[in-house]
Amino acid sequence: MRALAWHGKHDVRVDTFDDPEILNPRDAIIRITSTAICGSDLHLYDGYIPTMRAGDILGHEFMGEVVEVGPNSTLEKGQRVVVPFTIACGSCFHCGKHQYSACDNALPADNQDIAQELYGQPMSGLFGYSHMTGGYSGGQAEYVRVPFSDVGPIVIPDGIADENVLFLSDILPTGWMAAENAQIEPGDTVAVWGCGPVGLFAVQSAFLMGAERVIAIDHFPHRLELAKRFGAETINFEESATYEALMEMTGGIGPDACIDAVGLEAHGFFVDNVIDQIKASTFLGTDRAHAIRQAILACRKGGRISMPAVYGGLIDKFPLGAFMEKGLTLKTGQTHVQHYMPGLLNAIMEGKIDATFLISHTLPLEEAPAGYKMFHDKQNEVTKVVLKPQWSRAAD
Amino acid sequence: MTDTIDSARADDAPLTTSKRAPAAVDAALDSLIDKPGQGDADTLIGRTVTINRPRADLFAYWRDLTNLATFMDNVERIEMLDGKRSRWVVKAPGDTAVEWTAVITEEREGEMIAWASEEGADVPNSGRIDFRDAQGGRGTIVTATILYDPPSGIIGKVIAKMFQREPAIQARRDLRRFKQLMETGEIATGARNRRLLEEGKN
Repeated sequence: MRALAWHGKHDVRVDTFDDPEILNPRDAIIRITSTAICGSDLHLYDGYIPTMRAGDILGHEFMGEVVEVGPNSTLEKGQRVVVPFTIACGSCFHCGKHQYSACDNALPADNQDIAQELYGQPMSGLFGYSHMTGGYSGGQAEYVRVPFSDVGPIVIPDGIADENVLFLSDILPTGWMAAENAQIEPGDTVAVWGCGPVGLFAVQSAFLMGAERVIAIDHFPHRLELAKRFGAETINFEESATYEALMEMTGGIGPDACIDAVGLEAHGFFVDNVIDQIKASTFLGTDRAHAIRQAILACRKGGRISMPAVYGGLIDKFPLGAFMEKGLTLKTGQTHVQHYMPGLLNAIMEGKIDATFLISHTLPLEEAPAGYKMFHDKQNEVTKVVLKPQWSRAAD
Repeated sequence: MTDTIDSARADDAPLTTSKRAPAAVDAALDSLIDKPGQGDADTLIGRTVTINRPRADLFAYWRDLTNLATFMDNVERIEMLDGKRSRWVVKAPGDTAVEWTAVITEEREGEMIAWASEEGADVPNSGRIDFRDAQGGRGTIVTATILYDPPSGIIGKVIAKMFQREPAIQARRDLRRFKQLMETGEIATGARNRRLLEEGKN
């Protein structure tokens, strides 16, 4: 099969690989019909995530048709499914609490050591996201092996286009959980740092959960325009001073809830960011964290911080004093995708959530390297790249 | 001067987490574990895992020792010699293996199994596996405690390879595979196909 593989920093290529096979009784093999490049794939592309090996197949947002099933899979050949990016067993203590991204069993035992050392306990497995998360081959490919296929994949009814449901795999539930973690109350003002896909879905979700106002913060005019389309007010941090603007726009109170949808590669020429960047390049620290610092400072007293953004390691100058003195609450975590999929599929079918607005480019899988470059270099215009494996075959 | 565990300062933490290893070995030999049939076993390790299954099921699976090779990565095979004695063959580099005979020295149905190696073991070892009910209906807490004599020389290299240098890490990995098998019915692998699985590439 053909698949997109990581070879190093800013080096991804479409190569030929052995096809995947059923290895465990609950496995299924999916023929991919649509797969997307995620903002967090850019962290891999930029070389920020350790334990990547040349030849690793990327991709954790994908859907397709079931072509093979193990004896204990509940799927049937021919079904169309969207696959959650978090791999979870469904039978451990954490899965029982619907904390799927904390699954005890999805990460192969030998791959659990690094996370055990780094985080205290290992997390669930992820598709196409380094060996620390299991070394599972990803879905930017013609075929993929899906473990625990009786728990994760959600079956899509006929007549719904891939583009409407593809983002159930990651960014839509991630934006939704971000808003849920903000514990929104009626009358709230919610500020969202970062108008990438997760931030934009968080904007939509916050309004659906009863926020009175949403303020979206970014520096790409096109992305702010999309946020405005869903009713958000905007701050372009290259034009206005974010903290001052937030204080003025909220009557001197600060936002009731702040969502950091930016994460470890925060942009902007801020002093702490530049220092973080130097530290990241000299391995003194791995994460750049301007957005979360600003969110803690701006958030109203007794308010809530939600952090869907991906961080991997350590940060300096975390404003712990402000966080404590103001009595803030922080909720975060990798998304418990399996928990949110059914409700969000209904919301899409009822027309309450629009997921298609994001897609700016659709390319054959063979052109994935160009897609990565474009997504990386032109974040204003390129909001989401969807890849089609079968298009490449049509061109043969 | 011999270091001993001072009862006035003793806490509720397992001896395997003690910062004073020689004293902890002595205390473990007094209260917890048998001495292997030979050698100078001085390395004590322990690992605990919680498994979301009833105690009786886990005990029954473990008590059929031939099952253990399913999730213990380096164990090639385990043969029962009689009801209490088993022969262990453990993979080593260059088509060699290390072997020992283990005897069950104590067992309590559904609760614990203790063993010690007989004389002639390539790696003298003893230990116990305990099964306790977890609080709040979380299943069973499984604790493996192992005392062994780390060999030097060529065998030492074999053992280092066998345990991937750190026996406690290997024990943790084996217990995690046991948990995966018991909770999900399979052992997780990131391999894409059979060839990669056999090459051990995750």
